[in-house]
Amino acid sequence: MFRAKEYKKVESLEEAYELNQKRSNVLVGGMMWLKMGRGQKGTLIDLSGLGLDQIQEDDKEFRIGCMCSLRKLETHKGLNEYFDNIFRECTRHIVGTQFRNGATVGGSIFGRFGFSDILACMLVTDAWVELYKGGTIPLAEFAARAYDRDILVRVIIRKDGRKAAYITQRNSGTDFPVIACGVARKDGTYYFSVGARPAKAALVVRPVTGESLAEQARKAAEAYTYGDNMRAGGEYRRHLAQVYIRRLLERLEQTDHKAGEDAGRPEPESQKSGPWVAGQEPEAGRSGPAQEGV
Amino acid sequence: MEIQFVLNGRRVTARITPSTVLLDVVREKGCYSVKRGCETSNCGLCTVWLDGMPVLSCSTLAARVEGREVTTLEGVSRQAEELGLFLAQEGGEQCGFCSPGLIMNVLAMERELDHPDQDAVREYLAGNLCRCTGYASQLRAIEKYLGREV
Repeated sequence: MFRAKEYKKVESLEEAYELNQKRSNVLVGGMMWLKMGRGQKGTLIDLSGLGLDQIQEDDKEFRIGCMCSLRKLETHKGLNEYFDNIFRECTRHIVGTQFRNGATVGGSIFGRFGFSDILACMLVTDAWVELYKGGTIPLAEFAARAYDRDILVRVIIRKDGRKAAYITQRNSGTDFPVIACGVARKDGTYYFSVGARPAKAALVVRPVTGESLAEQARKAAEAYTYGDNMRAGGEYRRHLAQVYIRRLLERLEQTDHKAGEDAGRPEPESQKSGPWVAGQEPEAGRSGPAQEGV
Repeated sequence: MEIQFVLNGRRVTARITPSTVLLDVVREKGCYSVKRGCETSNCGLCTVWLDGMPVLSCSTLAARVEGREVTTLEGVSRQAEELGLFLAQEGGEQCGFCSPGLIMNVLAMERELDHPDQDAVREYLAGNLCRCTGYASQLRAIEKYLGREV
């Protein structure tokens, strides 16, 4: 456990920002990871008095304060209804209830940890990060950035109509994930996220093609690099990613199918001509943006 | 620095350093039910309630509890004894080191979840490690405790 010279519960983000410019000072989130550090810190900067521990929802977006606990993310009705429980799924395996009552969204996202379920999950949504000085930028851009001394104030998730699914595999319950996969789809575009590779999660955007879901999953999984650590080898992770991405794609298809049935409508387009076969030309209007890569 | 908070219904004052954690403060105040286990935020032995919510006292800055309410097993002794009897009857405690943390979390779960099934119980209590029982006897005891007539 580290030691600190001072503790300051700040009254404004400006005060926090000023204090945070000194390298020995540190912003305190839930302290779950921070406490594992050693050595001497300067001032512990506490944002818990700024009302940033809530999730606000309106018809356009969710605004998640940096001090919001993972437990609130897990149990927030609006978020989980809109995103088909992916936030419950990405949090419920994280250690235990007591841990999730303490750990914060800001700490998880700002840390950009390789093992982070939260980052891996949020990347497939239309998520943005509100920085105190750096403005509001896409989460994918923030995740790829180097650490700096700015303050992550909120994560903003826009309600853009994406359907999303998330899954992880762990060697034992409550351990760090061996692999963490998220997939979302909107119109003709898939959004993939694979974390715990063991490198941090990254976003890959690909068009929905006429290929089989297995082939699309293979191509998405191949867009990432994988490495070894004490939990799993790189080749195993590559294989898992491919399998889990396919399952998530299937889940999204099933969700569409069910929604179609529920509404008494014909099957969705993606179900009509399936299964897709490799080499089949994509349907008109099914091509997505050209952006691709980690 | 000095903090004031409510510990088991009683207002207390403590002198702390900026990096003191709540675990050390409550033990210093005589609440020895709160155990120091893994110190890596994993085992749940140090579970206390902060404003009624279960948290890990080993990972909670003492400075953050200023003006707030902290409850340990000593503050809920009647309910703890009742649950403890179920644990004893089912062989749900052997060395007993994890029991205070487990009991605090079960009591919190009882308030928070409405008629949880076994999967929900397992999930809620996943952060309470026990190296003796293998969990089966604890889960039997908790199931019976939750199903008791009150």
